[in-house]
Amino acid sequence: MKPPRFRYYAPHSLEEALAVLAEMADEAKPLAGGQSLIPMLNMRLARPSLLIDLNGLHELSGIELDNGALVVRAMTRHRAVERSPLVAEHTPLLAEAIRWVGHLPIRTRGTVGGSVAHADPAAELPGVLMALDGTVQLTSRRGQRLVPAEDFFIDLLTTAAEPDELVTEVRFPSLPSRTGTAWLEVARRHGDYALVGVGAVVSLAEDFTTVTEARLSFIGVGGRPVRARLAEAALRGQPVAAETWRAAAATVRGEIDPAGDIHASAEYRRYVAGVLAERALALAAERAREGARQ
Amino acid sequence: MTAVGTERRVIRVVVNGVPYEREVEARLLLSDFLRHELGLTGTHVGCEHGVCGACTVLFDGEPVRSCLFLAVQADGHAIETVEGLAPSESELHPLQLAFWEKHGLQCGYCTPGMLMVLKAFLAEHPNPTEEEIREAISGNLCRCTGYQNIVEAALSAAQLMRQS
Ligand SMILES: Cc1cc2nc3c(=O)[nH]c(=O)nc-3n(C[C@H](O)[C@H](O)[C@H](O)COP(=O)(O)OP(=O)(O)OC[C@H]3O[C@@H](n4cnc5c(N)ncnc54)[C@H](O)[C@@H]3O)c2cc1C
Ligand code: FES
Ligand code: FES
Repeated sequence: MKPPRFRYYAPHSLEEALAVLAEMADEAKPLAGGQSLIPMLNMRLARPSLLIDLNGLHELSGIELDNGALVVRAMTRHRAVERSPLVAEHTPLLAEAIRWVGHLPIRTRGTVGGSVAHADPAAELPGVLMALDGTVQLTSRRGQRLVPAEDFFIDLLTTAAEPDELVTEVRFPSLPSRTGTAWLEVARRHGDYALVGVGAVVSLAEDFTTVTEARLSFIGVGGRPVRARLAEAALRGQPVAAETWRAAAATVRGEIDPAGDIHASAEYRRYVAGVLAERALALAAERAREGARQ
Repeated sequence: MTAVGTERRVIRVVVNGVPYEREVEARLLLSDFLRHELGLTGTHVGCEHGVCGACTVLFDGEPVRSCLFLAVQADGHAIETVEGLAPSESELHPLQLAFWEKHGLQCGYCTPGMLMVLKAFLAEHPNPTEEEIREAISGNLCRCTGYQNIVEAALSAAQLMRQS
């Protein structure tokens, strides 16, 4: 398995990259970590005539806080996110989920922008972005726009990005106080793509006995990350109790519509999504309490 | 703008401390560059889509899949392969010693990848738990050993390296 012929271009600035992309959008592909693109080239599932290597664009990597939001630039490696104290402190859901992305040597190269642009329905980062109501910054020679995760992920490997646009950064808003998060997933082996994964976000009232807001974002159960909106609405105002999480699991099973494949049947995915939701909600609520105690 | 980019490029890389300059095709994988251009056949190729880990090498000290890496991307960087592990002709690296002593290999196909990923991992985690080792090698498939002796070898190597 060897890649087909292509031309290779390593721009020195984002501006150069965008100019070439604007001219050649139909035949060019940006190359980020290559952990999804190069397998597709090796298997000849992709045949771009030009690769625009983003790896030399240092302006595209870095993690920082901006107005309370965590901003991760596109070429930031998964490993850098995993090691970042800023991520651990500000966006623990991202820190928890990133360790499930592939294996150590995959995360050394894989990038945040690449994961989001690739939009695999079982990928963790899109699920986290949906759970936190994050946004994706798209840049082209025509300008810049911010797209909410909800509108960015359209379907299997399909996003709102136009061929001449690059994902330049991803933004995770801050969470209210008394909020806890949890990421759980089931995969055949650690590092495999998830069969089902869930990110839970739970906010509690001042006395810690009532849920004020809850979010559930699933991966592996549709063509894109899926929010369980019915379960979320039903959780509002409910007591912090095992029965609440169990009831949410039942609602989740009713509202999601996973497909079956060689890895797991639709039925199995539906069942596991409920189990994971129940556990993740309990864990997130527990963390909301612990976080406030510290 | 049809002339953007090139199908061939001259690259300069340092592999196991030795500098090389070669003109290569842009589509040449780093794994094939190491094996076919430089004759360093210690880096094995199993799946060529990132799943088996046999091709793992260190790129500026960090473990990467050489089958998911273009040789042109290594321009100006340092690569370390299994051939660079042993300090001399007559000595083995502690990881190699431990794999030998604990029977951490049978056919040896997965071994170069295991050694390279463990080298990077132990540099960061000199005193790992068994669980951490299992996670570190989770991206490296072995069809022979059942992993048990690989994990034991890694624990033993960590101990050797702490003592030296
Ligand atoms: C063995 C293995 C296991 C894996 N397991 C997981 C897993 O469990 N979970 C998971 O989430 N991922 C997994 N991955 C995928 C990995 O996380 C990829 O790194 C990721 O999906 C793509 O990121 P990349 O930086 O490698 O992008 P690339 O492979 O370089 O690019 C992917 C696609 O996105 C486009 N692109 C890249 N960057 C941009 C940008 N900035 N703007 C616009 N388009 C862009 C490219 O043109 C290409 O079409 C696995 C990969 C392997 C090989
Ligand atoms: S040959 Fe590279 S991971 Fe299998
Ligand atoms: S020793 Fe044979 S594959 Fe691992």
